[in-house]
Amino acid sequence: MPTARAAATTGIRAGTPTALARGVALRLGAVALAGALLTACGSGAQPEDAAAGAGAKVTVTVDLFGSFGYKEAGLYAEYEKLHPGVTVKQTDTEDEQDYWKSLQTRLAGGGGLADVQGIEVGRIAAVTQQQADRFEDLNAYGAGALRSSFADAKWSAATTKDGKVLGLGTDVGPEAMCYRRDLFEKAGLPTGREELAAQWSTWEGYLELGRRYRDHAPDKSAWLDSVGSLYAVMTGQEKERYYDAAGALVYETNPAVRTAWNTSVRAAQDGLSAKLDQWSAPWNQAFAAGSFATLPCPAWMLGYIKGQAGDAGAGKWDVAALPGGAGNWGGSYLAVPRAAKHKKEAYALIQWLTAPEQQARLFEKQGSFPSSTGAIAKVADVKDSYFSDAPTGRIFGDAAKAAPVQVLGAADKTIADQITNALSEVERKGTASDKAWENARKGVRNATG
Amino acid sequence: MTRPAPATAAAGTGTGPPPAARRVRRSLAPYAYVAPFFTLFAAFGLFPLLYTAFVSLHRVELQTPGVMEWRGLDNYTALFSDSYFWTALRNTFTIGVLSTVPQLAMALGLAHLLNRRLRARTFFRTAVLLPYATSVAAATLVFAQLFGRDFGIVNQLLALAGIGPVDWQTGTVASQLAVSSIVVWRWTGYNALIYLAGMQSIPSELYEAAELDGASGWRQFVHVTLPGLRPTIVFTTVVSTIGATQLFGEPLLFEGSVSGGISHQYQTLGLYLYEQGWGFFHLGRAAAIAWVMFLLILILVGANAFLVRSRSRKEAVR
Repeated sequence: MPTARAAATTGIRAGTPTALARGVALRLGAVALAGALLTACGSGAQPEDAAAGAGAKVTVTVDLFGSFGYKEAGLYAEYEKLHPGVTVKQTDTEDEQDYWKSLQTRLAGGGGLADVQGIEVGRIAAVTQQQADRFEDLNAYGAGALRSSFADAKWSAATTKDGKVLGLGTDVGPEAMCYRRDLFEKAGLPTGREELAAQWSTWEGYLELGRRYRDHAPDKSAWLDSVGSLYAVMTGQEKERYYDAAGALVYETNPAVRTAWNTSVRAAQDGLSAKLDQWSAPWNQAFAAGSFATLPCPAWMLGYIKGQAGDAGAGKWDVAALPGGAGNWGGSYLAVPRAAKHKKEAYALIQWLTAPEQQARLFEKQGSFPSSTGAIAKVADVKDSYFSDAPTGRIFGDAAKAAPVQVLGAADKTIADQITNALSEVERKGTASDKAWENARKGVRNATG
Repeated sequence: MTRPAPATAAAGTGTGPPPAARRVRRSLAPYAYVAPFFTLFAAFGLFPLLYTAFVSLHRVELQTPGVMEWRGLDNYTALFSDSYFWTALRNTFTIGVLSTVPQLAMALGLAHLLNRRLRARTFFRTAVLLPYATSVAAATLVFAQLFGRDFGIVNQLLALAGIGPVDWQTGTVASQLAVSSIVVWRWTGYNALIYLAGMQSIPSELYEAAELDGASGWRQFVHVTLPGLRPTIVFTTVVSTIGATQLFGEPLLFEGSVSGGISHQYQTLGLYLYEQGWGFFHLGRAAAIAWVMFLLILILVGANAFLVRSRSRKEAVR
């Protein structure tokens, strides 16, 4: 659009002399602006390069999505203190979908990459299968020695067939159910985590409680934030989702996917959902407004809740075991792209960030559950005061132990996104389940075909 | 920079350059002057255009951009049976109409008002241009908040009038209206100023004559202002049509969804191109969509020019 409108400026010229003068002025303004931008970019880049050349100071850039919580937990500050001369600069994109798009564009162009890039577990298969040549093999920096300190599944998912290690595991996403004690009380529901865990030991029980909540809930408060999050935790409880162990695409016939779909549809049709779009601005606002009473929460969600609900939410939230058994949703890796400027320093940073001590601290402060076996042992007794002193170490530790080791595929996230979109149609537009499922299949074919 | 090359100047000392050389130089000079523009155009306009055409004949994935597999016209023929493409085409058209028509109509009215003797005229004329100076991103993000389903001010105002909350994101008509309103807000003032410039070039004698004939303000507007503005209106229509065909930023940022809503209800062609290329990483298909859009714009502009020419010819005959 701007190009078309710029042409318009020349168009006025045909009119009057004053218009001509205005056109010229406009164009001069544009040139001046462009010039200012160029100099701004130039001056930003120069001092850093010069410093790197001198070898005294290094700025390691870290590009992440969602909320890893390193900065919030003070880990960068501590690393900078331990390594004088190193500055860590983090950029962060809230929505992983946006982050992944921008990462792929930069990988294809080969420029603008940070020294450390975060990779979600739903994408790690795409990286190991299709983009192994774009990332550093961390074995070259001595990562091999770390193998025994990580959970086996976490380590092997980031390893290519020929043994290259492309990322170090940060957290895993053992799932639980976060809920608002205060809202439960108002609706006359039990608030004890053991009692709730017993009552919603199955998803059927969870929906039943939801219907009770719906009938007695405070105004403008729903049982659940979105059926998309319900679908996500349910598929997280399955070993095979979109691909089978042999790597074939099976989501259309997989009964586990179908069950998760049907339960989500029922939740939508029973009016249990606040119909919000996860990671959107309205979703963020809803945390403070109390628009939903439960939020299926992988461990990393705790940090997000703290960020969005803020101090006002402290003590209102609680965590109980997930209905229907243990599962895993998400978790991430830190990788060093081939095109990174400071690879050695980048590796040193990610090795430190993913070491057991730091993973344990991150869990205590932010809630991201460790993938390092040493750290898991360390956090067993952790309680979270924000979440009404829930024994998060035990709840998530149990879930992590019992969660199935998932089969990962290159298009996992893409497929999940299309299905979630279709579920939103059921939830927000009342589209019939079969029609929406057909839309999901069509969307997946369009995206992956 | 514009001085003649010293060698030629030296050769011509005393007698001056031979007439033939001077003629050659004079005839070459314009080309030299326009060369910088066309060099840049070739590098940043023509080359990408042709390379896009080349890419559109292949299967190329963003994750493996080095691998190109020849597909011939398959990317194009696949588009014809692609329901998402047709949805996007339809949305582009409806959003285009919903945004362009009110935009130009309001701009015309606004220009008419600004053309009168007003106090603080310059202030008003500058003020209408302000939305144009806002960035698409900022405007869209603010509008998205205004149109929020649960906490948006638009729904709160509607609630005062007793109208139940409208889901401005999910409904097809509602979401397209919301997206169009951003476009209308941003471009109305800009078009109003162009119309104003056009109005000021209409000779005042025409109005005086009309007044003598007893024409009311409205009749003057219809019979003097509008005909006088014809070329300007054609110009703004063409530019707005091109803009509407390329509409991208507003629908992308409205919900931050590359699919233009959960049912693609406000996905424009530009956004579908982006989803294919940067959501699904199918660069070949995205390139094909880009070329279809290019051809579409050519056809639209051509049709516009044809209509205008045949109308003026008819009038000339009259």
